[in-house]
Amino acid sequence: MYRVRLWSVRHARGLNRFYNGFERVLVALAPVFRAIGYQRLERPVAALERGVKGLLFDCKMCGQCVLSSTGMSCPMNCPKNIRNGPCGGVRANGHCEVRPEMRCVWVQAFAGAERMAGGLERIRVVQAPVDRRLEGRSSWLKVVREKTDPPKAEGKP
Amino acid sequence: MIFEDEPVPGYPLPILPGHVSPGRLERVLRAGAFAVTTELAPPDSADPEDVYKRARVFDGYVDAINATDGSGANCHMSSLAVCALLTRVGYAPVMQISCRDKNRIAIQGDILGGAAMGVCNMLCLSGDGVQAGDHPQAKPVFDLDALSLLEIGRTLRDEKRFQSGRKVTFAPRVFFGAAENPCGPPVEHRALRLAKKVAAGAQFIQTQYVYDLDRLRAFMRAVEDLGLLGKVFILVGVGPFKTAKGAEFMRNNVPGTHIPDAIIQRLAGAQDQAREGRRICVELIQELRTINGVHGVHVMAYRQEESVAEIIRDSGVLAGRVPWYPGRDQDPADRKAS
Repeated sequence: MYRVRLWSVRHARGLNRFYNGFERVLVALAPVFRAIGYQRLERPVAALERGVKGLLFDCKMCGQCVLSSTGMSCPMNCPKNIRNGPCGGVRANGHCEVRPEMRCVWVQAFAGAERMAGGLERIRVVQAPVDRRLEGRSSWLKVVREKTDPPKAEGKP
Repeated sequence: MIFEDEPVPGYPLPILPGHVSPGRLERVLRAGAFAVTTELAPPDSADPEDVYKRARVFDGYVDAINATDGSGANCHMSSLAVCALLTRVGYAPVMQISCRDKNRIAIQGDILGGAAMGVCNMLCLSGDGVQAGDHPQAKPVFDLDALSLLEIGRTLRDEKRFQSGRKVTFAPRVFFGAAENPCGPPVEHRALRLAKKVAAGAQFIQTQYVYDLDRLRAFMRAVEDLGLLGKVFILVGVGPFKTAKGAEFMRNNVPGTHIPDAIIQRLAGAQDQAREGRRICVELIQELRTINGVHGVHVMAYRQEESVAEIIRDSGVLAGRVPWYPGRDQDPADRKAS
């Protein structure tokens, strides 16, 4: 929802802190996840993630979340899917060139990043192009696997 | 500028130490000259002569010619084809690559193909949205964005591999560029985005139209503060207006253009608005020449391409040099003195 999405950017600082704590819990739960099996967890966790992040950020489930680097403004809501924005077409009022009724996702991203601790450093990182194989999959589980599994598992969908 | 090691005039030169491409644009910039580039609107035609006709109007006044890639999301001859035609007769084109119409497989193929055809400069763009053009029903691709495209181009050139990791046997020797809009929101973060583009591999920048020099100066100060001076060549976008009405229309309808009231008032008050428009453009170019970190101008004169020569001549920024064009060295009397 658009209004909730704007709220989330206004509260980027708190949401980011919450996520950092949440991620630590997830990583601590890695042995449990491994025991159950990531394959078996994929669908329910992805559904939960879709519900929560869909409400807060209009999450599009790209499967490789970068919200912490984009001021809690989801770049997949940009009509051009720009992961390193904003483009040159932002309107004078800060709205989108393609969808004039919407605030530019990247103007929002910089506003959110300014509020977050270290946000402006993280928004400077060049984001790699989207791996389309991960669409629809859980980004949370991916983070846990990357942080706890041996590196050879990295990058696998 | 005549390079003494030129094999056949106009054709790819040997690559100098510290250069990445055999192109003339990189040489002019690295030699410290104030560069002039312009934009060619690809024709709605399959006749190569239509391309050459459009290029000839710039002869003797520009160092490189950008061939737009479906600009404004309108369908025209492809940038790759226009550039390939231009290199056949020795021009130095800048191939524009937009992420709107092609995925990474097609784009990487075009980078190799363009380089094979002698294209030495490529400009990496995100591209306009399809809703702006003549095929709003088309599927927008946007598999990459300008930044990831720059990184992929650099990887092809410097690491000789595709994004997949697969090796290429002969790397494209290309000078990569990107666009930036110094006057577009969020203005206070535009320099940071430029820094990202430089980090991703941009070696030159061609900006959107700039009519507000105060904003540009603030942008350039931020660029300097980020330590980017000397790391990237910045060519500022300028262009003449034909009428005050046209300027007003552009301000209201072309996203990303910022035109101060003073410019529109000055146009509206003039007897001959088109002439005043060119005059404003000339003055802007002369001012730009004095700004630290500005290495050239990119003159975009859509539908009045013939005015580019006059504007550049009146601005005096070429300082007596005559950029190469087909036939320049055969017949010096034919230097388009008009």
